[in-house]
Amino acid sequence: MKTNKIITLSIYIFPLLVGCQQTIEEKNKLYEPLNPSNIDANAGDWKPVVLASANEFPMSAPTATNIAVYNRELTEIKGFQATLTAEQRASIQYWSAGGVLRWNEIMRELVAKRNLPPASNPDGTYPAPSAANPFGYPNFPFANPPYAARAYAYVSVAQYDALVAAYYYKRLYNRAAPYSVDATIKPLVPATNLPSYPSEDAVVAAVSVEMLKLLFPADIAYIQQKADEHMLSRIMAGMNTRSDIEAGIQLARQVAAKVIARAAGDNMSRAIGTPAQWADLESQTAATGETPWVSLDIPKRPPMLPFFGRVKPFLFDSLTTIAIRPGPPPSTKSTKLLTELEEVRRYTKNATRKEIAIVHDWADGVGTYTPPGHWNAIAADDFVKQRFSEVRWARNFALLNMAEMDAAITCWDTKYYYYNPRPTQMDPSLKTNTGIPNFPAYISGHSTFSGAAATILGHIIPSKAETYKSMAKEASESRIYGSIHYRSDCEIGLIQGAKVGGFAILRAQNDGAN
Amino acid sequence: MKNIFGLALKGIAMSFAFAAMTIDSYAQTDMDALMMAKNNFCTGLMYGNSSWKNYWEGTLKRDNLNLGTVSSNMIGIMGNYGVSDNLNLLFSVPYISNKASAGTLIERQGIQDLTLTVKWMPIETTIGKADFALYALGSYSTPLTNYVKDYLPLSIGLGSNTAMVRLMADYQLGNFFTTASAAFFSRSNVTIDRTAYYTTRMHYTNQVEMPTMNNFNFRTGYRSGKGYAEAIVDIMQTNGGFDMTRNNMPFLSNQMNASRVGFGFKYNFGKVEGLSAVGNAMYTIAGRNMGQATSISAGMFYILDFSKSSNNQNESDENK
Repeated sequence: MKTNKIITLSIYIFPLLVGCQQTIEEKNKLYEPLNPSNIDANAGDWKPVVLASANEFPMSAPTATNIAVYNRELTEIKGFQATLTAEQRASIQYWSAGGVLRWNEIMRELVAKRNLPPASNPDGTYPAPSAANPFGYPNFPFANPPYAARAYAYVSVAQYDALVAAYYYKRLYNRAAPYSVDATIKPLVPATNLPSYPSEDAVVAAVSVEMLKLLFPADIAYIQQKADEHMLSRIMAGMNTRSDIEAGIQLARQVAAKVIARAAGDNMSRAIGTPAQWADLESQTAATGETPWVSLDIPKRPPMLPFFGRVKPFLFDSLTTIAIRPGPPPSTKSTKLLTELEEVRRYTKNATRKEIAIVHDWADGVGTYTPPGHWNAIAADDFVKQRFSEVRWARNFALLNMAEMDAAITCWDTKYYYYNPRPTQMDPSLKTNTGIPNFPAYISGHSTFSGAAATILGHIIPSKAETYKSMAKEASESRIYGSIHYRSDCEIGLIQGAKVGGFAILRAQNDGAN
Repeated sequence: MKNIFGLALKGIAMSFAFAAMTIDSYAQTDMDALMMAKNNFCTGLMYGNSSWKNYWEGTLKRDNLNLGTVSSNMIGIMGNYGVSDNLNLLFSVPYISNKASAGTLIERQGIQDLTLTVKWMPIETTIGKADFALYALGSYSTPLTNYVKDYLPLSIGLGSNTAMVRLMADYQLGNFFTTASAAFFSRSNVTIDRTAYYTTRMHYTNQVEMPTMNNFNFRTGYRSGKGYAEAIVDIMQTNGGFDMTRNNMPFLSNQMNASRVGFGFKYNFGKVEGLSAVGNAMYTIAGRNMGQATSISAGMFYILDFSKSSNNQNESDENK
């Protein structure tokens, strides 16, 4: 039958014709197993962030490796290694890239998933997410940039402190890894001389679980599943015994509790403010004769976390937040503002395709991991090439994310102190190449985040300092191309970000890791 | 069933997607069971307008005050050449402009995709008093410009290279006809302007894998030498893809489905030989990750006869 031939022909020729289902390479799936160039065996001497000292929480000595109870733990490993499935091997491979790296990725994923502004109610008001009812609509949290910056920071700091403590006890107790004790156990990932008690991977997994349970309560089941996979992968890989893992969990929970106590008292709970406070912000700015910011969302949305500027920073104190606040933006009545508005208008009309691509590459808006997440992704790709030890990974992410959180704090402090309008508010005919964030313009968040990130990353990897600087400049200017910021917002934001990055460098120079 | 108004135009009903329209989602003319006669070339312009205020966010129907009404305007040029009486080659190129009536997002406009279609009629026969014909169509479409893809619902297209196969059957008894067709679309990965994106998980790449699509089209009506009038049912399905999350923006690889009903017509101006007008109106009655669009289109076409013999021979095919 002719018809049948056509159908048959189509089925066979069609895929050739299209030739289009190329497989997509995702770069995070190509990361090699972590094989540190220096195991940082003395990281127990590094200075923690929240802990008073590496041994603040005591940890009992492990059992000897020549007794029956330990031997049974080795038997568990052998049992796994004798019957490894493809799926288990894939899990070992995945986690071998590094626990800090993978948990940083998981965090970025949770932020992207939860970075959704609540939809308005029929009466024009907006519901607020509630940590007490994370599954109800709107889901908790709305992981907007300040929320995300703070989340990245707390998880990174907790990982770092927990690892410093873990490395302290590793050196103290110096328990050999299973593959060293028993030659029939093969290390399925690169082996090092690092003592295995407590397990650094269990520490990272467990401390991440405790922090993320607080920050992303609607995702606890997913988080716990990842942690279980992570820890099991290390047993299967011959790197840790069950008691190494359990000791790591125990230590991590104590560290997490202390970091969570800091988070509970850092003023975040008051960052949303009240309707009366929001009204004050507007009238205070109006009283100076300037045009106060107005939400451009329809219906008007309450400002995003207007008192986030009062959150307690990691790298300096709240008085410093005020002391380093930049001077005012160009007056809304000034010719400088009109000139800057004119520049924005030009991009509305004439942005090139390349400039639009830059806008979208850096937009990091709704449904994304936010600008701090973008800088974490950039850092992760570069850290992989540096072959850092697990504890150095944590230290570097802690530095980056403390800088990002503190950048958010000083940026939000500045935004709500001056409360100045977006270009589209000044000229409603101005259309934008990306969504307008729901907070005042001065100073640009992207610029502040990028200035801070580029500065600390340039310190961590000096050979890339200039690259980071030009990336930060591009991220900053993308907001002008997108017609959502004036040039002043971006330029002062970059400088302010670099200032915060300087505080991070100061810490990096004195934390004992150099 | 070959005839002079065999304006089988445009293959891909694809990026009709969210707001991004193609000529076909207006004109649907490749789904005509009509062929151009040998050595005839038909060309013309189509205008289309489509707009929606409500859309389906996943399965939740809503409006969005920050978009208002999203509207799309299209002007397209199309052509159809009769290689033989049962083999036609078609092309189309639309210019599209999309904008939202509220909010601040800038409108997008530009030349979208070139579509090339081969239309073949392997079987043409009679069953009792009725005429029956079977058609096979294959098309390929590719973006002609580097338009912005990742800006739904205002992107002018989805940016895939798309291949389509369609099987179509036509049955005509007297002046009454029924045409039914089914198509399958395969779409290439799309490159977007960012290096990471979230669907139901993070992807660290600027490549987006596009799910395949199906289309089912059913039309019935009255056909004569003057033209035709028809009722249309059109169902577009995406095989896979994901739902927009609550209050999120649409994304290229969403599961975009739409069921549409409407009517179309074609009129041959007897006074000017080879000149015809077409038009249709469609309304989306159900959808998923899709605007509830109302769309209209209208076009004018003219046939140039390059055959050696006299050019009035075509006339006779019309009313077969």
